[in-house]
Amino acid sequence: MRTEKQFVKGNEALALGALKAGMNAYFAYPITPSSEIPETLATEFKSPEYPEFKIFLQAASELEAINMVIGAASTGAKVMTATSGPGFSLKQEGISYGAAMEIPFLVVDVNRAGPGLGNLGPEQSDYFQATKGGGHGGYKNIVLAPNSVQEMAAFPALGFSLAFKHRCPVVILADAFLGQLKEDITFPKIAQEKFETPWAATGARGAERHLIVSLHLDFADQSKHAEHLMSKYEEVGMTEQRSEGYLTSDADVVLVAYGVVSRLCRRAVNELRAKGVRAGLFRPVTLSPFPIKELKSLADRGVRKFVVVELNMGQMVFDVKLAVEGKGSVDFIHKLGGFLPASSDIVSRVEMISR
Amino acid sequence: MTTLQGQAASEYEVKLGRLPTLTGKPTHYCAGCEHGVLTRLVANAIDELGVREKTVLVDSVGCSVFAHDYINTDAVQSPHGRAPAVMTGIKRVRPDLLVFAVQGDGDAVSIGLLELVYAASRGEPITVFLVNNAIYGMTGGQMAPTTPTGMVTTTTPRGRDLIDTGPPLDATKLLAGLEGPSYVKRVFLPVAPMGTTDLYSARGSLEGAKSVLNAFKVQLRGGFSFVEFISTCSVNWKMSVLESKRYSSEVLTKIFPPGLYKDKMGIETK
Repeated sequence: MRTEKQFVKGNEALALGALKAGMNAYFAYPITPSSEIPETLATEFKSPEYPEFKIFLQAASELEAINMVIGAASTGAKVMTATSGPGFSLKQEGISYGAAMEIPFLVVDVNRAGPGLGNLGPEQSDYFQATKGGGHGGYKNIVLAPNSVQEMAAFPALGFSLAFKHRCPVVILADAFLGQLKEDITFPKIAQEKFETPWAATGARGAERHLIVSLHLDFADQSKHAEHLMSKYEEVGMTEQRSEGYLTSDADVVLVAYGVVSRLCRRAVNELRAKGVRAGLFRPVTLSPFPIKELKSLADRGVRKFVVVELNMGQMVFDVKLAVEGKGSVDFIHKLGGFLPASSDIVSRVEMISR
Repeated sequence: MTTLQGQAASEYEVKLGRLPTLTGKPTHYCAGCEHGVLTRLVANAIDELGVREKTVLVDSVGCSVFAHDYINTDAVQSPHGRAPAVMTGIKRVRPDLLVFAVQGDGDAVSIGLLELVYAASRGEPITVFLVNNAIYGMTGGQMAPTTPTGMVTTTTPRGRDLIDTGPPLDATKLLAGLEGPSYVKRVFLPVAPMGTTDLYSARGSLEGAKSVLNAFKVQLRGGFSFVEFISTCSVNWKMSVLESKRYSSEVLTKIFPPGLYKDKMGIETK
């Protein structure tokens, strides 16, 4: 029997977290730097510790895996798959169908550098693909951004909860650094949530049958369905924004960062404070819905300088600008190609900006 | 209930009249199309086995995308070509269910060949019915992987060229070569013209009915089953219904010979 406290990689923590959340099925396709997730699950498969974990299956392609997810999720099971950038592109087909057919499942993207094959280092360049739809047609995913191995372990349970509550795919957007990082974690003792799935396709009972479909040829039908999805996304947008603030209450300049970068920025804020700069950190936990309310309240309170720090070409900058509604400047610090910024780089740039 | 008499009637009966597993909605299929025939054969077999409440149909993309409008069971719609993967997901979680799809040749043999081959190779206990009409029907008559060499389609206006696009791909032979599948069969489904007279044989429907039932039985015993139905598409072949039956009988059956290609469980001999 393993102790509750463990020293594990982010990917391993995520896999164990999914098992502790009562995941029923996992469909795998290997891709670096996410492969420890299926490897950990394959090891734990059929362990008496996880009686709910009934299916582990390695697919022949990312497409086959995500479509197995669609089938399994249609029965109301708790289902997950994980991948990295190039595979995440291939998953978009299934995510679009999942959104349209309103079936709950979890997709993990351990973001590596791109575009194309890129490399195996961390980037946050799948932000647009995760938060703005990514596949065809109009839809929104709920996107969670962990920033520690502890959260890698905790977010599958949160992800399942949100996916079943709103009947939609949920993306956990991690990165190569978090996936490979080893930290001490403690598993909280949580009761596995049971979800009602009266919509599931498990055989018609009597006259009542369940159709999980995405084709609505009649314009009026498709329009009604799309309006229904839109109002769902509006409700999710109102109710599911999550964020964390660090020393923001008196801040003159606020760094905005998520994932592993938010950890670096926290250190940068401490260094800036030591130098007399009143800096703070705003960390979106949900990238979609973007935590507009809390960020806007900082701008309303009088923060006039925001600095977005990202491992991409500035994808979150758009969301930050929309949230602060022009009330403050929005600067941008970035690193690409698998590098992380040094906190000293962030400190010197922010000192310059805040002057 | 009356019984259709035919050459194979001693082996199997097709019930006439309203079936519980049919919704009763008139189909959108074109006149002379075998999709409607197969819909009835499938419903007939589900009723025969009494498993309507334990069945999940997976819609493919193509002319069979509306299968759930006619077959009165739970249904999940699949992206184009992915039905065998979607079925795998359902069946793995719920092995107690009967899970099947009706796929076209564009769906199963072109864009979805990987999903079909791997589900078959794993011996997934699901059933695929392939309606092979040698062309993309729903999208308006483009070349399919099964299109005969020389056939004029909207994307082969000078006829399908062997050098450019290779020969027609035989899915039944391909699957029969794998270890995984338990039951692989090809049936000539159209009512066949008999000579030059106005007489037609319903042998295809009866053979089809028996094959659908056997395919389901194989699945319920834990095997992967696949039946390809040689069909017609008179509209996109630019033929009359009668001409299309003749073409299917005289040309397609030469390229795709009907027969029992694999029967690991000996379901046909029992």
